[in-house]
Amino acid sequence: MMRFSYSRPQTIAEAAAALAADPSAQVIAGGTNLVDLMKYDVTRPGTVIDINGLDLRGIAVDGEGTLHLGALAANADTAYHPDVESGWPLLSSAILAAASAQLRNAATNGGNILQRTRCYYFYDPSTPCNKRRPGSGCGALNGVNRIHAILGESPDCIATHPSDMAVALAALDAVVRVEGPAGERQIPFDDFHRLPGDRPDLDNTMERGEIVTAISVRPQKFGQHHTYLKLRDRQSYAFALVSVAAAIRLEGDTIDELRVALGGVAHKPWRRKDVEGEFAGRPATRQTFEAFAAALLEGATGHGQNDFKLDLAPAPSSVPLSRHTPVPRRISPQRWCSDGPLGFSHRPAPQPRRR
Amino acid sequence: MAPSVSHIGQPRNRVDGRLKVTGAARYAAEYQANELLHGYVVVSTIAAGRIVAIDTREARAMPGVVQIFTHLDRQGVSWWDRDWQDDTAPPGHPFRPLHSDRILYDGQPIALVIAESFEAARNAADVVHVLYEVAPHQTDIHAAEADQYEPPKKREGVPPPPEPRGDLDQALAEAAFRVDAEYEQPSEHHNPMELFASTVIYEENDKLTIYDKTQGSQNAQQFVSAVFDLDDVKVVNAYVGGAFGSGLRPRYQLFLAVMAALKLKRSVRLELSRREMFYLSYRPITLQKLSIGADSNGKLLALKHHAVQATSLFEDYQEAVVNWSGLAYQCDNAAFSYTLSQVNTDTPGDMRAPGAATGVFALETAMDELSYAAGIDPLELRLRNYAERDQNMDKEFTSKALRECYAEGAEHFGWSKRQPTPRSMHDGKELVGYGMASGFWDAQVNKAEAKVRLLADGSVEVLTAASDIGTGTYTILAQIAAEAFEIPIDRVKVSIGASDLPTSPVEGGSWMAASVGSAVHLAAEAIKTKLIHRANRHHEAFLPIASADLCVEAGMVKKTDGTGPTISVAELMQAAQWDAVEETGKAGPDMLQMQKYISYTHSAVFVEVRVDEQLGVARVKRIVSAIAAGKILNPKTARSQILGGVVMGVGMAMHEEGLFDHGTGRIMNHNLAEYHVPANADIEDIEVIFVDEHDDKVNPIGVKGLGEIGIVGVAAAIGNAIYHATGKRLRTLPFTIDKIIS
Ligand SMILES: Cc1cc2nc3c(=O)[nH]c(=O)nc-3n(C[C@H](O)[C@H](O)[C@H](O)COP(=O)(O)OP(=O)(O)OC[C@H]3O[C@@H](n4cnc5c(N)ncnc54)[C@H](O)[C@@H]3O)c2cc1C
Ligand code: SF4
Repeated sequence: MMRFSYSRPQTIAEAAAALAADPSAQVIAGGTNLVDLMKYDVTRPGTVIDINGLDLRGIAVDGEGTLHLGALAANADTAYHPDVESGWPLLSSAILAAASAQLRNAATNGGNILQRTRCYYFYDPSTPCNKRRPGSGCGALNGVNRIHAILGESPDCIATHPSDMAVALAALDAVVRVEGPAGERQIPFDDFHRLPGDRPDLDNTMERGEIVTAISVRPQKFGQHHTYLKLRDRQSYAFALVSVAAAIRLEGDTIDELRVALGGVAHKPWRRKDVEGEFAGRPATRQTFEAFAAALLEGATGHGQNDFKLDLAPAPSSVPLSRHTPVPRRISPQRWCSDGPLGFSHRPAPQPRRR
Repeated sequence: MAPSVSHIGQPRNRVDGRLKVTGAARYAAEYQANELLHGYVVVSTIAAGRIVAIDTREARAMPGVVQIFTHLDRQGVSWWDRDWQDDTAPPGHPFRPLHSDRILYDGQPIALVIAESFEAARNAADVVHVLYEVAPHQTDIHAAEADQYEPPKKREGVPPPPEPRGDLDQALAEAAFRVDAEYEQPSEHHNPMELFASTVIYEENDKLTIYDKTQGSQNAQQFVSAVFDLDDVKVVNAYVGGAFGSGLRPRYQLFLAVMAALKLKRSVRLELSRREMFYLSYRPITLQKLSIGADSNGKLLALKHHAVQATSLFEDYQEAVVNWSGLAYQCDNAAFSYTLSQVNTDTPGDMRAPGAATGVFALETAMDELSYAAGIDPLELRLRNYAERDQNMDKEFTSKALRECYAEGAEHFGWSKRQPTPRSMHDGKELVGYGMASGFWDAQVNKAEAKVRLLADGSVEVLTAASDIGTGTYTILAQIAAEAFEIPIDRVKVSIGASDLPTSPVEGGSWMAASVGSAVHLAAEAIKTKLIHRANRHHEAFLPIASADLCVEAGMVKKTDGTGPTISVAELMQAAQWDAVEETGKAGPDMLQMQKYISYTHSAVFVEVRVDEQLGVARVKRIVSAIAAGKILNPKTARSQILGGVVMGVGMAMHEEGLFDHGTGRIMNHNLAEYHVPANADIEDIEVIFVDEHDDKVNPIGVKGLGEIGIVGVAAAIGNAIYHATGKRLRTLPFTIDKIIS
């Protein structure tokens, strides 16, 4: 581990200024990702800016019913928050499908959506990786790429974004609030993460010096018709091979609104709003959903070891939707703790716990 | 003395449990010393070639750095291979860290940074710059398979493939049913919780006390003494945080830490990181081919089993992979072969049930395939082919309660509810599958000594260099001694885990309880004999009685029939002016017995899996493991052993796999986030059954050992259940979702 200096600013402005001033500075929140990256010598921040002194831990619903999640609120506190459980259960179940209880206690909402890819090569400084060392090549392209992207990738990088929470946020059309030297901005979730293109070193569209302060989600009108489904190599404590955040609103037997985001398949949560639009007004049948899945996955390509994702992805992209039709299952959403094998297991939600 | 108590066969808590959960039990990396130095190892990032240059200037200049060792400052160490060959080494040239500029495998240690703190050492290790000359490498056994060879020199303690018997080709040709299939197992990597570590305490004149993570303190002690030509070395491994075979051989951190301590004349600690665990000792990649022929009743006519396993470029590591197929079932026409293929990795090593976990996976999958081909229930098929004798060795079994395992396991599991046709059982959206397999492992006794000391206050001490790698050795030795003297277990003090104690074998092969347990038992009996003789010769009342009619019971020397004089052991010892009575028990294989008999543990494993038909997600819902392992000393620690073995079997079946990038020769998932072992959510219901098995031939205490048998057969039973659920036969481990949906 390299030596670094450490600062703990007390205001967002101070933090943003410190971050902008030093190109080698990096923010630490829960530290569950950053510290690992430092230990593996993947990143060497000259300064670690500890933002835990900032007042960004709140979770609140405003007068218009919009949910605001502080960037420093813990993943566990967010998932078990009564307002989130009742109003945004899809988000709760996505968060609870991730990592382990200990990690969720430490992980923050801001850190979660900013966590780096789990590409093996990215984590191993002795291998080439354009994301870690631009221009060094992509080790995964012809290597061990079982967990890699099948959509939106580039010849320079085929990494996926590993967050489960982000997949739900994408489906929920969240907004990321950032603050930097130039002031505040709101970034629609779909514009927050990037596809790799020829700049795989950039995961997102934040500017130098910007800090995530909050994530906002408008009230959602999907009632019980939503699911977070995660397919992975073991039934807990593994990143998604393919995951799906799906929400549907029906008018009788017809689709009124459909939102589906996929995780584990691309450099960002994969959503095709154009395709969703096309399917509004169609009958909510299994055939429709299968056609939808096919359209959503259009253009998907494998890179060898991840070819199986081409076969794996369609079912989770359509099955959860089918499972909501024609008669939606009456299961209280909190109980869809996705730690079960299918994201459907009816285990009681664990009691809130923290440190 | 306390009233008569029974200890053997009782579910006792671990005597060291409290020390462990309170953190008072110390592990190799937890010992302190004055001015302790810390090491961090630099490993190669290529799989073959040579080091052209190592630039340590930047690293040397960093604060706290004391010294950086590379192959350029090799020490005066032994030249002879035999000094480097520990008790468990396979044939070949043992790896010598920092020996030369040659790189033989990725992850090979190439430099050691020594600094005043761990952080400083790691910090500097990151800036040791190495220039390599890269040579071609091979890590893909499929490509290396073409160069397979029979190991010219056999590994000690590993039986070579059995001799062929009968007329295989003819029998295969006559078979009514046949299975010909190939099976594959990837590399599996040792990851006990405790990482390899050595703390070397240096004292004047090169006197060393080494706290080492090892399964055999004496093996490590002899290794260090031989390699460095030292005569005052003590190795301590009082507590070991799991090892599963990885700690049988001295690992390179031991060599490096000793080297640095001797050179710098200071105490040194070197602990490997989790990453390095993936570059040493692993369960070797194995390809297997099996052909089975059976008659119309499912009776085996012919069996052919070939295995090729990976080994390193420098040693011929070997396991007994195919041998199990020759003794599992009665079959008169059979042929076996076993070869190695060299890959650029460290030498593979023993991992829980080495050879059996691998070979029985193939055999028991093939038997399942045969059961479907012949239309016979898999359990019935095994019963029809039950072996009453070991045909490999042409010997009788000392005992074999496998039939009882089948019966009790099937009963508890509800095997009779199985519908024969694949895909015929459902529960909601899930397909339900039942599968089963048998398991086999050796029941060996190794040479072991134990000293037992009976003190005047009636308490007892047990001393032996045995190791407790988490299995419960402390506890069962205390039980055996407590039973012998009919005293409470807390009146026994067990001292193990140091090289200066009476000789014990390395802890492995499931022989510890049987070997050292027997030695303790024999020592205790010898003490009783001594007490009887003393009474017999020196106490008037006993003079007329034949010593054969005397016994020691509940702290008294008396007549076996309860009549006549008695004297308390305390009184006797006082009269003799004995502070303690001490005897050493020696156990070992009974050569006479072994000419006629052979001994194995057995198991029957029953598994229910659920597979989501739409999504392909499989989960292991239930496992019943029925075990026949002679006398069970402590059902509680015994059950833990089997549970652990079964869980490891689930890992083998569903998760574990080293992901090699064959282009670079590197394992890419070298951490526990990406190298998957089962999480709690993967383990649902496991039931362990110990069937009655009385064995008066295997050893004086009738114990067979439990460390390995739990894992054997589990992967096959799971694969067989997946087949029953889905109709899809999986022959390549692990059974990940990509294979299930393919
Ligand atoms: C073994 C393991 C398994 C895991 N499994 C899963 C899983 O299945 N699914 C899943 O979704 N996640 C998983 N995680 C990842 C985990 O969710 C993330 O590590 C965590 O959410 C990161 O949050 P943090 O607060 O600890 O971030 P940090 O480690 O503190 O930061 C992460 C990154 O974000 C930056 N950052 C943090 N906060 C801010 C901010 N407010 N503004 C600007 N930059 C910021 C940091 O500079 C850093 O680059 C796993 C992690 C581990 C170690
Ligand atoms: S996929 Fe991306 S992160 Fe992985 S090696 Fe290639 S460039 Fe690096």
